[in-house]
Amino acid sequence: MLPAFISPNVVAHAVLIFIIFNCLVLSAAFMVWMERKVCAYIQDRPGPNRVGPEGLLQPFADVIKLLFKEDLRPAAADTFIFLIAPVISAATAFAAFSVVPFGTETTLFGLLSEPLRLEVTDVNVAVLVIFAITSMGIYGIVLAGWSSNSKYSLLGGLRSSAQMISYELSYGLSLAAVVMLAGSLSLREIVTNQSGYWFHVIPKWYIFLQPIGFLIYMTAGVAETNRAPFDFPEAEQELVAGYHTEYSSMSFALFFLAEYINMVTVSAVATSLFLGGWLGPVLPEWLGWLWFLLKVFLILFFYVWMRWTLPRYRYDQLMEFGWKWLLPVAVLNLVVTAALVIWLG
Amino acid sequence: MDLISFYIFGAIAVLASLGVVGQRNPMHSVMLLIVSFGALAGLYILLDAPFTAVTQIIIYAGAIMVLFLFVVMLLNAHTEDDLPKTALGPRALRIGIVLSLALGLEVAFALSRLGLTTFSNDPGTVSAISSVAKIGTQLFTTHAFAFEVTSILILVSMVGAVVIARKES
Repeated sequence: MLPAFISPNVVAHAVLIFIIFNCLVLSAAFMVWMERKVCAYIQDRPGPNRVGPEGLLQPFADVIKLLFKEDLRPAAADTFIFLIAPVISAATAFAAFSVVPFGTETTLFGLLSEPLRLEVTDVNVAVLVIFAITSMGIYGIVLAGWSSNSKYSLLGGLRSSAQMISYELSYGLSLAAVVMLAGSLSLREIVTNQSGYWFHVIPKWYIFLQPIGFLIYMTAGVAETNRAPFDFPEAEQELVAGYHTEYSSMSFALFFLAEYINMVTVSAVATSLFLGGWLGPVLPEWLGWLWFLLKVFLILFFYVWMRWTLPRYRYDQLMEFGWKWLLPVAVLNLVVTAALVIWLG
Repeated sequence: MDLISFYIFGAIAVLASLGVVGQRNPMHSVMLLIVSFGALAGLYILLDAPFTAVTQIIIYAGAIMVLFLFVVMLLNAHTEDDLPKTALGPRALRIGIVLSLALGLEVAFALSRLGLTTFSNDPGTVSAISSVAKIGTQLFTTHAFAFEVTSILILVSMVGAVVIARKES
């Protein structure tokens, strides 16, 4: 007989967490494939097409290759920090996704006595938790840059911390505007507040109430995840590979994994905050997670598209844009939203 | 369960804090301080104060410690300077031990006088105190003066930092 605390719900929850974890890893693999494929088509070439159908198994081949590579470590590196930095990066990337809901509740067609919520955990301060964990993600990059004891790594780490601190303000302010509209910090409540339609056609998503907030969020999100056109921490023409210059083998793979999972998380949060999460027409409620996946995929595609279309900014342009344009606009957006929320009740 | 978690988080916080003071590598000190803040956040969660826990992480572990890290990195200080030999003789050490013992006793005495009945364990009261809306309302009504004074203080120090950092043209 099983102990009392192992109820069917606990088992189902554990299985759900296991599935989410693996889906995140797989999504990173899929993103690597999509990035290379989209990049190839944008540059008018076929891209990876040898391993598996349309090169779909290419990421797995890459992972196996990385696993068997030698794990190099600079002689002057700070061993402990050098080893722990990629772990911090990957762990924070996974942790941030834990509060993102991607569907309504399910009883698995009556198998479970209590409905199971489709997310790892429902926290009533979810938005702040995501903000906190993203801000912890900086450490992985900064510590990697410092502990490698190489000038390129150090410059990459310094750039990344300056960049992330600068854009985190606008990022937080755009989140705050949505929180004011929803009157809640729980992502699940924010999503359910977006149900319904205006004039039976336009869904009540916050992107229509917060178009500027959405733009600010997306811009700051690109900067937070160190993606082109804001990929200064690893600008290869200037810094070889930036903060992960000295990393090889699985440590390098962990940084790679963290970068792509961070992108998935930023897109998933954008979906929940601005695009109505799992809400959508046509599909029945229990298939809502398909809408969620579709929306996240579209944002991720946009990310990749942008990377292979736009050139990198100059570093001073990035700072000037962040502090002199994005931040004032974000503050203005917040003040106007607050005034409208009070005025219209 | 709560008690076990409390001891785990408490032990992590105490050990990490001792490490911050005890070992000589500034970078490791910064990291241990972050660990200590994380354990404190865990204690806040055990006290049903998730908002306090998250703000602890955002402000201290997330923002302030990045600044510390930045400074240590820019100074490129791999180890602390050695203690100046002349200042600390054996007598200073003895006085130090006596003083810290006195402080320890004082703290223990103060803690023993603290009544445990003043804290409410009622779930309704606890959730009302820890709700974000409640904290916000309190902050902008009852404690509005303290809040605004703190804002001005931060603004003044910010202006001061800008003035000090400005290059003479």
